Amino acid sequence: MTHALFSLDDVAKGFTGRPALGPITLRIPAGQTTVLIGPSGCGKSTLLRLLIGLVAPDSGTVTFDSTVVSSSTARMVRLRTGYVIQDGGLFSHLTARGNVSLLARHLGWDASRINSRISELAELTRFPVDGLDRYPQQLSGGQRQRVGLMRALMLNPDSLLLDEPLGALDPLVRADLQTELRDIFRSLGKTVVLVTHDLGEAAFFADRVVLLKDGRVVQEGLVADLWHRPEDPFVTRFVQAQRGPQISEETA
Amino acid sequence: MTRSIAIHITVAMSLFAGCSPTAPVVVGAKKFTESVILAELGARLAGEAGVPSRRDDLGGTPALWLALKQGDIDAYPEYTGTITRQILKDDPPDVGAALAEHGVRISKPLGFRNNYALGMRKDTAASKGIRSISDLRRHPDLKLGFIHEFLDRPDGWPGVKQHYSLPQANVQGMNHTLAYRSLVEGAIDVTEVYTTDGEISQYDLLILADDLDFFPAYEAVWLYRADLKKRYPKVVEQLLRLEGQVSEQAMQKMNAEVQQKKADEGIVAGDFLTQKLGIKPAGGGPGIAARVLKATGQHLLLVVPSLLVAIVVGVPLGIVAARRERLGRVILVVIGVIQTIPSLALLLFMIPVMMWLVGQGTGAPPAVAALFLYSLLPVVRNTHTGLTGIPASTIESAEALGLPAWAVLRRVALPLASPTILAGVRTAAVINVGSATLGGFIGAGGYGEPILRGLDKFDIPLMLEGAIPAAVMAIAAEALFGLAERRTIK
Repeated sequence: MTHALFSLDDVAKGFTGRPALGPITLRIPAGQTTVLIGPSGCGKSTLLRLLIGLVAPDSGTVTFDSTVVSSSTARMVRLRTGYVIQDGGLFSHLTARGNVSLLARHLGWDASRINSRISELAELTRFPVDGLDRYPQQLSGGQRQRVGLMRALMLNPDSLLLDEPLGALDPLVRADLQTELRDIFRSLGKTVVLVTHDLGEAAFFADRVVLLKDGRVVQEGLVADLWHRPEDPFVTRFVQAQRGPQISEETA
Repeated sequence: MTRSIAIHITVAMSLFAGCSPTAPVVVGAKKFTESVILAELGARLAGEAGVPSRRDDLGGTPALWLALKQGDIDAYPEYTGTITRQILKDDPPDVGAALAEHGVRISKPLGFRNNYALGMRKDTAASKGIRSISDLRRHPDLKLGFIHEFLDRPDGWPGVKQHYSLPQANVQGMNHTLAYRSLVEGAIDVTEVYTTDGEISQYDLLILADDLDFFPAYEAVWLYRADLKKRYPKVVEQLLRLEGQVSEQAMQKMNAEVQQKKADEGIVAGDFLTQKLGIKPAGGGPGIAARVLKATGQHLLLVVPSLLVAIVVGVPLGIVAARRERLGRVILVVIGVIQTIPSLALLLFMIPVMMWLVGQGTGAPPAVAALFLYSLLPVVRNTHTGLTGIPASTIESAEALGLPAWAVLRRVALPLASPTILAGVRTAAVINVGSATLGGFIGAGGYGEPILRGLDKFDIPLMLEGAIPAAVMAIAAEALFGLAERRTIK
């Protein structure tokens, strides 16, 4: 196994007394795309938020590149990690350009450096240049997602975390964006962690997949193993429940 | 024009300045016509001594006495009966010596008496066979209406009731002018009158005989601070020129001029001084435009500082309330409770507080303080609502970028909440413009002054002189903030 960028050791997290996750131990290998999958409420989003300290574990440790993630190190981890949520999570009072450049402006980048980075990113994400000065509510769902991605990539982070990034899009736009995203991930060679409940999407992106149920890892490894070597009856149930035309094509 | 605005602002600013070396001599007045006229006479006489001077309308006896002792005012007209029964609560052989213990001097009588008495409509009295206060005992059903101060004073209703063993239970507190009107309309049967009131002859009222000698003599005198004699001996000299000069007839005439003919107190006082003491009037009173302009300046000096402080304090409080749920609930409840305090009570409560804090218990400081407290609720609540209304995912996205907490607040949360916060400021501004009229009760100036004086004199044009500009200012504030809101909401 390659070097792990994120590690979770015996991490557990509960909300208002109810356990939401763990305890689990998990390695996220660097330079690969890991997909966290599972039914709603299985703890996959909580896991993603634990990675950059948006929530703190009740017990156990989260490590990023040999640094323990804590309230004092979380900022450093976040600066080296891009985070994208459903519909982009854009700030409605800022234009697309304002959203993308917010962090860089906060860090004191000069205008020409910001502008040239935004041009690069717009090209990478195929975002129309004339859309940069629009506000989020004036953009389409797919465009908002591209802005969210540009914002996450602004500082050229080591890793990219995506929480159901394409969940709000209609199927055609979604399929296009899936292809584009996969190309971007491959060309950048970053560590990507993507959360989805859609097995087809998982199969499309994943180098490795982690299947979660009730806050526990049920199976992790290659996607194909979910079909060929299920480690638990739940895996088979989950796979069968989601099997559709797209999946049979992928697995064929 | 610009210069006169500058002058008015300077005048209004001097209200803030408190006791500076060049502070004018201030003659206090109670909130009724006669007291205002006498104070106006005093202020004009003080001006004759070459010292800047002004009149300050403060309210009732306790407020005036406190202001005099504390040095907010230098002198005010008082009545001997009030001094013994309400201020000293004692009948010492030497009133002058008793007052000297408080650092206050008393003049010789100014010449007239203004006794308390009970008045009725002549027809009502005749039909019930009432001629003296004792006769009231036989008519327990009579409706009585008195000003609030009379209801509380030992030499007022409580004393009369006990002295004459009166049975009436139906007693209402009301404004003096209103009491006269209620009496004339038949809504009440008996009210207290001052024997120099112009209304007695105007409405042809019956003064009930004080057959058991309850009411003491109320001879008008000056009360002034002992140190005034050291600071401005000439001012004291001028004030004392009025001793023995104001006859009962002259006072009644002046009261009637103001009450019935709606003449300005200053002009009436000026005429009297010209006739009696040969003092030339210091040029007629300012015209309506100048008066409104001055009141506008004073009003803005109440509204703008209180609103600014409310923003500076309220927005951070709202932020804290949004951050810490439990503390937030406490903050919102406390500020909500402040809002339910009647505005006049809050204003009066601010007098000792501001006396203690900034050494000035009348004028603008307590009014600004009360307005500040009133403006707080909309600002704090809207800041809280605006911030808590931002979706958690948006805040999380900002945190996930790696922005420190303060930058999340400044670059994301506050801008997103700003339309709501601005709406709160707008509400506060409009409430403020309206509430600031109450500043008239404690000599803070502004639009409240003509409104209150108009109410006292039942002078509708004078009331409108304050009410209309106040409404215009409220509408202007509304429009201004509406414009600002539209600019922030894209």
